[in-house]
Amino acid sequence: MTAEKIIFLLTGALILLSALMVVSTRKLLHAALWLVVTLFGVAVLYAMLQASFLAVVQVVVYIGAIAILFIFAVMLTRREMRDQGQQTRSNWWLPALLGLLILAGLVFLILGVPGADRVPAALPEGFDAVRVLGTALVSPNAYVLPFEVASVLLLAALVGAVYLAGAGKKP
Amino acid sequence: MSIPLSWYLILAAALFCIGLFGVLSRRNAIAILLGVELMLNAVNINLVAFWRYLDPAQMAGQAFAVIVFAVAAAEVAVGLALIISVYRRRKTVVADEIDLMKW
Repeated sequence: MTAEKIIFLLTGALILLSALMVVSTRKLLHAALWLVVTLFGVAVLYAMLQASFLAVVQVVVYIGAIAILFIFAVMLTRREMRDQGQQTRSNWWLPALLGLLILAGLVFLILGVPGADRVPAALPEGFDAVRVLGTALVSPNAYVLPFEVASVLLLAALVGAVYLAGAGKKP
Repeated sequence: MSIPLSWYLILAAALFCIGLFGVLSRRNAIAILLGVELMLNAVNINLVAFWRYLDPAQMAGQAFAVIVFAVAAAEVAVGLALIISVYRRRKTVVADEIDLMKW
């Protein structure tokens, strides 16, 4: 049991516990705050996988933007079903059963895959993952097309969100 | 780096199934989007783990993780704008009661 495995197990337990709180807690604002804990745990996993850029982006974009957007949305709509009323469907055991079945099937498949117990080779000396990722995202024979499509998608989402949030007011 | 690849995959599978449970069982539309976020994060863990364990010189895993970030941000922005717009008109955020287009 190396220190790395202990850190992984602690982080994994934190992620799964907070994710369970996200889907089970009654108050939606608390669910959004538990989501921040989950996202932070995932950022720790990225750091352990030596994906430093993604760890930073996870904190900045997911926690800094998306989770805050969720908290705003909860606060703008919470009067409706704050504390009273059911938060889950009456037949919630059916999704729970489905989730457990899918989890069992996935674990069975993962353990059967050849090479599932491999450990990674050390990164080569002087390998700069951020530089390689940046080059790959803008080089024409790598991922420049998905990158540009993603930027168009973000622009479309921006226009759509502004239109939807402003709908109802006459222009 | 002594953690087997399967640990990451199993953790991601568990996170995905929790998110799926949230999407299918919650009544509040915002809670459903929270579940979707959990599922997208599980996918991202898989992508980054495969990048690190298979071939770090190929940036496919990280590049697609970045694109998943962009898609998640777009999805949340439009989804929450839709929910707030519906809430303003119909005073509800329960997914079952938003049945205007159901016949």
